[in-house]
Amino acid sequence: MAVFEGDRLEEAEEILGRYPEGRERSAIMPLLYLAQSVEGHVSRDGLKEIAGLLSLTTAEVEAVASFYSMYRLRSTGTHVVSVCTNLACMLRGAGEVYEAAHQAAGMRHGQELSDDELITLHEEECLGVCDFAPVAQVNFANHDNVTPERMRELIAELRDGSVPEPSRGGPAISSFKSASRVLAGLKEAPAS
Amino acid sequence: MNATFERRLTRDWDDPGVIGIDGYCAKGGYEALKNALNMEPAAIIDTVKASGLRGRGGAGFPTGMKWSFVPTNTGKPTYVTVNFDESEPGTCNNRELVERDPHRLLEGTAIAALAIGCRTAFIYVRGEYLAQGVILEEAIGEAYGAGFFGRGIAGSDVDLDIVLHRGAGAYICGEETALLSSLEGFRGQPRLRPPFPAVEGLYASPTVINNVETLMSVPDIVVRGPEWYREMGTEKSPGTKLFTISGKVERPGNYELPLGTPLRVLLEDVAGGVLDGRSLKAWTPGGSSTPLLTAEHIDTPLDYESVAAAGSLLGTGAVMVLDESDCVVDAAQRMTRFYAHESCGKCTPCREGTWWAERVLGRIADGYGKAEDIPVMADMGKHIMFRAFCALADGAASVIDSSLKHFREEFEEHVRLGRCPLREEHVEVASAV
Repeated sequence: MAVFEGDRLEEAEEILGRYPEGRERSAIMPLLYLAQSVEGHVSRDGLKEIAGLLSLTTAEVEAVASFYSMYRLRSTGTHVVSVCTNLACMLRGAGEVYEAAHQAAGMRHGQELSDDELITLHEEECLGVCDFAPVAQVNFANHDNVTPERMRELIAELRDGSVPEPSRGGPAISSFKSASRVLAGLKEAPAS
Repeated sequence: MNATFERRLTRDWDDPGVIGIDGYCAKGGYEALKNALNMEPAAIIDTVKASGLRGRGGAGFPTGMKWSFVPTNTGKPTYVTVNFDESEPGTCNNRELVERDPHRLLEGTAIAALAIGCRTAFIYVRGEYLAQGVILEEAIGEAYGAGFFGRGIAGSDVDLDIVLHRGAGAYICGEETALLSSLEGFRGQPRLRPPFPAVEGLYASPTVINNVETLMSVPDIVVRGPEWYREMGTEKSPGTKLFTISGKVERPGNYELPLGTPLRVLLEDVAGGVLDGRSLKAWTPGGSSTPLLTAEHIDTPLDYESVAAAGSLLGTGAVMVLDESDCVVDAAQRMTRFYAHESCGKCTPCREGTWWAERVLGRIADGYGKAEDIPVMADMGKHIMFRAFCALADGAASVIDSSLKHFREEFEEHVRLGRCPLREEHVEVASAV
């Protein structure tokens, strides 16, 4: 089954149309997000199809995809939990928050995807929310002033099948796939 | 905030109505764009030049002069690109500006477009700002609906489109040439300058790249004039600036102050002082890439010239505060880890230097440092600073140089004791969880 077919193919065409004529290569980043929104990560097939749409080689697309940390080239959880540990957050206790996330998600040393494949945990560089440090994101929705206790609650909520309401900036994002759709510049929650 | 001056960039922050276009227009929004449509492009540029507005992204380059470098007779299109990749550690003022007043960014962008004859403008927003990207998409939709973008904007014969483009988690894309590479669909790696973007930027065409706060300062300058703008700030650093203060302070946040306001006022009067009554140990004036300063520098006026005279840079105006209980070695190691992670890999001094520095600082922080590690670190900066394409490497070197300059004894104590002198016992902080 193709990654881009039916409505997704139409959306890919719409994304190509955002950029000036002859400059379609600029669409590579939103197309990677679109592929990620379908498969939950960017697969080999996704890279190939984007290459086909842009008349590039798969290697050229992979070179771009592998440069940016928000494209996931391997199996990724239903939800991505990002914890900032950069200086402003570190000074306000982010180390303990990250440790709490690791323990609550049941991660072993070096593990980033939980055994049940529900959560990918990502240690983040500065998320630009230093005024509410320490901060985390669930599917790129913001959670401010997160304590270790609050982090354990966030993970427990995800385990219970709900997505916690963010502190600010709109509604919860239901999954990493859904976040990737928004990042492609499309409305959330397509008909599957 | 106990502002005793007329707020500019933040004056409508108490009114959530301005997030929508009706509320924004009710407060005079898009009037500056209408004025600009009746001005010659050269007159717009002259107005911004006369205001003395300087780029708020870090370098402080005069905005009007930047615009004047764009040739309009090359036969190529010209582009305005908004740098909303805000990723400098400690910096979040652009985020809040967009959350609270998105149309002002669109209006400033449109005016810049008029000044250089641009017909398609781009906003590059960092991917992690998912919610802020959505706010901008909604504002762009409204602005098209009201005729401020599209064909014949505001009843004129000028066409102007605006495209939102999301990044995907790479600090380097805040560097202007890396941003252009990314927007063109490549890895976000910097390019050699010259040619400068003003001559060969996006799609090898003349391009202006401006920071969010810079562009949001423009509408008022057009309406009220350069003299008004210069009523605040200093001769060489006019106007107000949004400072982000974070770390060990009572009230972290984004605060607008006239340029030239001393750190003491920002820290003590505005942000409520150091957290829990402790004392100031060190601070960054403008994000982690700007050399650390100490408590001795508390009366430094926060403007481009004064901060430079104190041995640092105003950068993005992002003040991160360390108190007496915070370990400078830990802080330097964490900041260096950031640069090692974010180095794009293009230049060897940066790619290899940051990798090694992270490890050497890590072993000092963890109590396994050797006496020779300290001179090695002191020497390292010389081999990174100014030896790479872009300023990421300079930022990385500044962290190490400045922390050693002001706190060398603390590094030496770590080596001598085999642990952090601020802690009772041996703790490994730099090791991964």
